[in-house]
Amino acid sequence: MSPTWSSLTVGDQLPERQFPIQRADLIKYAGASLDFNLIHWNERVALEVGLPNVVAHGMLTMAKAVQVVTEWTGDPGCIIEYGCRFTRPVVVPDNSAGALLFVTGSVTALNDDGTVQVTLTATCDGATVLGKAQVLVRLPRQ
Amino acid sequence: MNQDWIGRTVPASNTYVVGREKIREFAVAIGEVSPVCTDVDAARQAGYADVIAPPTFAIVMSMRALSTVIHDPDLGLDFARVVHGDQRFRHQRPIVAGDELRVDITIESIRSMAGNDILSARADITDASGQAVCSTWSTLVAREAAA
Repeated sequence: MSPTWSSLTVGDQLPERQFPIQRADLIKYAGASLDFNLIHWNERVALEVGLPNVVAHGMLTMAKAVQVVTEWTGDPGCIIEYGCRFTRPVVVPDNSAGALLFVTGSVTALNDDGTVQVTLTATCDGATVLGKAQVLVRLPRQ
Repeated sequence: MNQDWIGRTVPASNTYVVGREKIREFAVAIGEVSPVCTDVDAARQAGYADVIAPPTFAIVMSMRALSTVIHDPDLGLDFARVVHGDQRFRHQRPIVAGDELRVDITIESIRSMAGNDILSARADITDASGQAVCSTWSTLVAREAAA
């Protein structure tokens, strides 16, 4: 069942999710988004600019994190607003495991206009990778 | 950076036609599993005219429009040092396959902080009938050059 505005309470937790991110995912995202910045797929260049290794596109991390919300509501079209800061890069080593993104979400406001604010946390190896990650969702009242 | 650019709007030079396969490709690349992004029948059952784009898809067209601005030598942004600082989307409605969209870029602010140049830009995305579809805000940070 999709959540409704009236069924929610501030503090409610959304189902948490883990997202593996491998090198192949970065190549796929580069192609789909047309963001071909070398630091997202070329280890030599990533090291040259001082990164520990190839890093995921911030926008890929952002796109994955909000799936905690779109899976919860069942409809990506109910996202009205979504913003975050990119606080730390997600380093993706060249091995079979890659990186593991861990995302939680909680209801932080129920607004009178029928919208719901969800705040996300996104961590990788215990370190926060997205800051002030907030989503505004429109849900059915009942 | 050239402060004269603050407040300047760069109107769209062309439109972005949203393809159904492009939406599917983007949804698969990010791992979005909702059928309304990939299955036309599911999207229509949910009340949409065609498959809808995931919430961050607008970055594809807003970055394309913004990239022409940030590579303008008169702006003076050192693109080799740029990282994405923050990002926000506000949707009036979901982007739907078949939309023909225009993207107008406005430079909202240019600041300098601790040696970094910080550029904030807004992209206003409108459909063929002139209705607002989505606005995106991007902050790009050009890190201080190594000494």
